[in-house]
Amino acid sequence: MSGTIVIPPGLILIMVGLLIAITRGHVRSIMLLAAPVVTLIAVWSVPDGVAYSTQFMGYEIAPVKGDALSRLFATIFAIMAFGGGLFSLNRENNTELAAAFVYAGSAVGVAFAGDLISVFIFWELMAIGSTIVVWCGRDGAQRAGMRYASIHLLGGVILMAGVAGEIAATGSTAFNAMQPDSLARWLILAGFLINAGAPPLSAWLPDAYPEASWSGMVFLSAFTTKTAVYVLLRGFPGADILIFVGLFMVFYGIIYAILENDMRRILAYSIVNQVGFMVTGIGIGTTMALNGAAAHAFTHIIYKALLLMSAGSVLYMTGKSKCTDLGGLFRTMPLTCVCGIVGALAISSFPLTSGFISKSMISQASADEHLVIVWMLLAAASAGVFLHAGIKFPWFVFFQKDSGLRPSEPPWNMKASMVLFSILCIWIGVFPEQLYALLPATVNYVPYTASHVVFQLQLLLFSGLAFFLLLGWLKRTLTITLDIDWFYRGLGRTFERAFHYKTSKVWGIAVERAYRGVVRFVETLYRHHGPQGILARTWPTGSMAFWTTLLLGAYLIAYYL
Amino acid sequence: MVKSTHKSDDHWLVRPQTIRLLWYAGIAILALTVLCDLVIEHHPHFGIDGTFGFAAWYGFVSCVVLVAFAKGLGAFLKRPDTYYEAGE
Repeated sequence: MSGTIVIPPGLILIMVGLLIAITRGHVRSIMLLAAPVVTLIAVWSVPDGVAYSTQFMGYEIAPVKGDALSRLFATIFAIMAFGGGLFSLNRENNTELAAAFVYAGSAVGVAFAGDLISVFIFWELMAIGSTIVVWCGRDGAQRAGMRYASIHLLGGVILMAGVAGEIAATGSTAFNAMQPDSLARWLILAGFLINAGAPPLSAWLPDAYPEASWSGMVFLSAFTTKTAVYVLLRGFPGADILIFVGLFMVFYGIIYAILENDMRRILAYSIVNQVGFMVTGIGIGTTMALNGAAAHAFTHIIYKALLLMSAGSVLYMTGKSKCTDLGGLFRTMPLTCVCGIVGALAISSFPLTSGFISKSMISQASADEHLVIVWMLLAAASAGVFLHAGIKFPWFVFFQKDSGLRPSEPPWNMKASMVLFSILCIWIGVFPEQLYALLPATVNYVPYTASHVVFQLQLLLFSGLAFFLLLGWLKRTLTITLDIDWFYRGLGRTFERAFHYKTSKVWGIAVERAYRGVVRFVETLYRHHGPQGILARTWPTGSMAFWTTLLLGAYLIAYYL
Repeated sequence: MVKSTHKSDDHWLVRPQTIRLLWYAGIAILALTVLCDLVIEHHPHFGIDGTFGFAAWYGFVSCVVLVAFAKGLGAFLKRPDTYYEAGE
C-alpha cells in the first residue's frame, strides 16, 4: 500500500442505500446512478492483498482484501447495481430500492471479505436486505419473504457454526481454499450451498423471488446465488461433491422450468440451472474450469438481469406474469421482445453472445479431464437450456397465441437499461478477450473455432426443432409443481387439517358433555330453588314451629345420649 | 395502456404463409449445420462425439428425453396454481 486511502467499496452502496430510504425525486435518481459508478472506481482502486485489518472480538479480521477474483465479482455486482438502479428509477417504493442497494453493497462486501468473520457479517446483511426486497413485492410476498428469511437464517446459523468450528480448530479466521474434510468445513460448505440454491433446499429461490416486484426480482437474481458461487470458488475449488450437486441443479432447473407456467418462475428455475453449471465447474476444479465458472457468473448476471428486465417490463405494463395469460406481445412491445430474445440467446450460449464464451469453458474443462459422463450431461443440459429458457420464455410471452393484450413499451429508463445490458451481452460475446483479461488465472482458450461454433449451433437448433415438434406437450396449464418446500408449506398444513379434524371431534364431545352438565346443574338448582322449588315455598308458621320442636327434641335426646 | 383489438391476425409475422416460410427456412438451416460436419474437422474426445451430426441428434434426443421426463414427473407433482393459496 502506498499511503492512498482505500474506501471499502461495499460500504459506498450500503451508505447510499440507507440515504435512498429518505430521499425522493431527482436526488434519489442521481444517487441510484452515481453510487454504482463510484463503487466501480473504488473497486478498481483496491490493491492486491489486505487493505484494512482490525481486531474484532479478539480476532484479526480483514474487511477489505483485494485480488483478481474479488475484483471480478465486485465489478459485476457494481455494474448490476447500476443496471438495476436505472431500471428502477420509476419505482416509487423507496424501501425496496434502499434495501436493494444495501443488499448489493453487502454482496460487494462479501467479494472483498478477507476472513470468515467478515464473510459471515456481510452474508447476514445480504439476507436482511434481500428479505426486505422480497417483502416489498406483490400480495402474498409477506409469507414468501418469511419463508425466504427462515431458510437464509437457517443457512446463516449453519455457516456460523462452521465458521466457529473452523476458527476453534485452526485458530485462524483466514478464508482460504479448503477441502470438506471436517465437520466444521462441511457446515461452511452447506451454508454456502444453501445460498447457491443447491438441493435439497433449492425451492426457496423459485418460491420467493417471483413474489418480489417487477424491479425487485432484477436485483434478487444477481447477488445471493452469485456471492455463493464466489465463496465456493474461493473456499472449495475442486471439491468433488460439487460436480454432483451442480449437475443435479442443472437438471432440476430444466425439468421444473419446463413444467412452469409463470414467466418469472421459469426464469427463477433457470437461475438454479445456470448456477448448477458454475458449481459443476468449481467441482471440476482445474484452472480452465474455475476460470469458466467465474466467467459464467459474470455473464450470467448480465443476461439473467436482462431477461428479468424484459419479464419485469411485461409485468409492469400488463400486470400479468402467467404464460397462459400472455402471448403476442411482440406487436406492441418490439424493443422489450428483442432485448428478451438477446438475453435468451445469451443464456443459451449462442455464438456471438456472452454465454457462449463462458459456458463453453466449463464443458471444455470436463473434456480436458476426460470426464465423459459430466461432459455428456453438460451437453444435454446446454440443449435443455435453450428449450426451457431460450425459446420457452420469448415464445410464450411474446409470440405463442394472441392474448389480445396491446401494452405499450415501458418508460425510457427501463428501455435504456435493457438496451445497455443487451449491448453488454453481445459485446462480451464478440470481444471475449476483455472479460478473459479480468479472470483470476491466465486464459488459454479460444472459444471461436469452426468446430465449437458448428457443434453449438447443431445442439441449439435441433433443441429448437424439438421444442416446436413437442409444443403440444409443452402447452402451459394453470399449475405449479410440488417441490421440497411442500414439506414446510404443505405438510404442516395437512397435519394441521388432520389434527384439527380429529381434535374437533373430541372437542365437540367434551363441549357437549360440559354443556349438558351445566344444563343439568342449572335444572337441579331451578327445581329446588325456582318458583316451584321445594326450598322456595313460603312455609306456614305452624309447620315452622313443628320442625323447630322436632329439631330441639332431637338435640335433647342426642345430648342425653 | 392495455386494450383488446379484434384484428389480431393481420400482422405479417403470424400469417400462415410466413409461418410456412419460416419452417422451410428453419429446416434448410438445420440441414446446413449438419452438412457442415462434412467439411469441418471436429476433435472428438470420447468417440461417441465423433459420430456424424453428433450435436444435432444428441441435442434433439436430450430435449425429447427431458420433456418426456418432465411430463412424467408432472403427472405426480402438478397441482392447481391455487394449491398453496387455499390455506394462506
